Amino acid sequence: MSPVHYVSLAVILFVIGAVGVLVRRNAIVIFMCVELMLNACNLAFVAFASMHGNLDGQVIAFFVMVVAAAEVVVGLAILMAIYRARRSASVDDANLLKY
Amino acid sequence: MKQAYVLASGTNTDEVARETIFWILAVASIGAALAMILVRRAVHCAMMLAVVMLALATMYAMQGAPFLAFVQIIVYTGAVLMLFLFVIMLIGISSADSVVETIKGQRMAAGLVAIGFFVILILGIGHAALGPATPATAANGTNNLSGLATLIFTTYVFPFEVTGALLITAALGAMVLAHRERTTPRPTQRQLAARRLASGHMAPDPSPGVYALHDAADRPALLPDGTTSDLSVSTVLAPRVVTEEPPSVPPRKEQEAITAESGREPASSGRADA
Repeated sequence: MSPVHYVSLAVILFVIGAVGVLVRRNAIVIFMCVELMLNACNLAFVAFASMHGNLDGQVIAFFVMVVAAAEVVVGLAILMAIYRARRSASVDDANLLKY
Repeated sequence: MKQAYVLASGTNTDEVARETIFWILAVASIGAALAMILVRRAVHCAMMLAVVMLALATMYAMQGAPFLAFVQIIVYTGAVLMLFLFVIMLIGISSADSVVETIKGQRMAAGLVAIGFFVILILGIGHAALGPATPATAANGTNNLSGLATLIFTTYVFPFEVTGALLITAALGAMVLAHRERTTPRPTQRQLAARRLASGHMAPDPSPGVYALHDAADRPALLPDGTTSDLSVSTVLAPRVVTEEPPSVPPRKEQEAITAESGREPASSGRADA
């Protein structure tokens, strides 16, 4: 398989993740869609690495994974704090800064 | 050359098999990703995300990145997804999205934006000079793992150390965010005892279901006068038995008849009946 196929698949997955972020209301589901987008980026990085025949793309994908892990930890902690304060995980209910 | 190509692709399967695996995984991952944004429950969404991640891990392995494939399975599917499931468990497993659109026409607009975004990205890829996979160069070292280690600890050593700082900061942030300040002083043993005396219910709660016909934790206990005691059923269980028939309470006479028939203690007769 040529890297074009993998990059095209990464584009499709990224767009699906973006749609999920736009249309869903549950904060956890939005978070999972962000993870899907990060995974799509990783797939593109690995495909580029195999296209160029070196490992730099794989190293970048590795760093993306580390940053995603840190992001998940902080994001889920924020989610728990919001849920404790407002008893809801819906992004529509966190509207104190509106207007 | 053939040997170098196999090294680059990372697998020893032939081209046809790799193509078949790619298309199966592509269809599976796109289907699972679509299901992610269509299912209503967060738990199902997490399961679909697991499917996508495992498919991507296999693709990494097919593209000559075995280390990333295993990191993907261990860190992403293993740790990150379990963290998601833990939070879903804490927030409530039944938390489902409502299907009502709060902003009018939001889904339609999101679909249009997605199509436009997709077209732009595909056009960009079509214009980019994407070549076929090139064989691994000597810079890769003897294998994928040692090549990655060489890169991380030479060229990318500063970003690597920065990610260490990032992880420490994230751990601290999670601890600060998860910490709850106590706003009221902790009640002392004396206060707890006084509260229990004031409640008028000093003995421990009765055990559930021991004297009823069913020996189950969601069945209320029978009081001496034949009525049931709601105190005996855990408040956690109460919402779960809504779909079932309400706990049937035998009248006192029936209970006595059962006891007389079997000639045993009421508790054991209840167990025999269940």
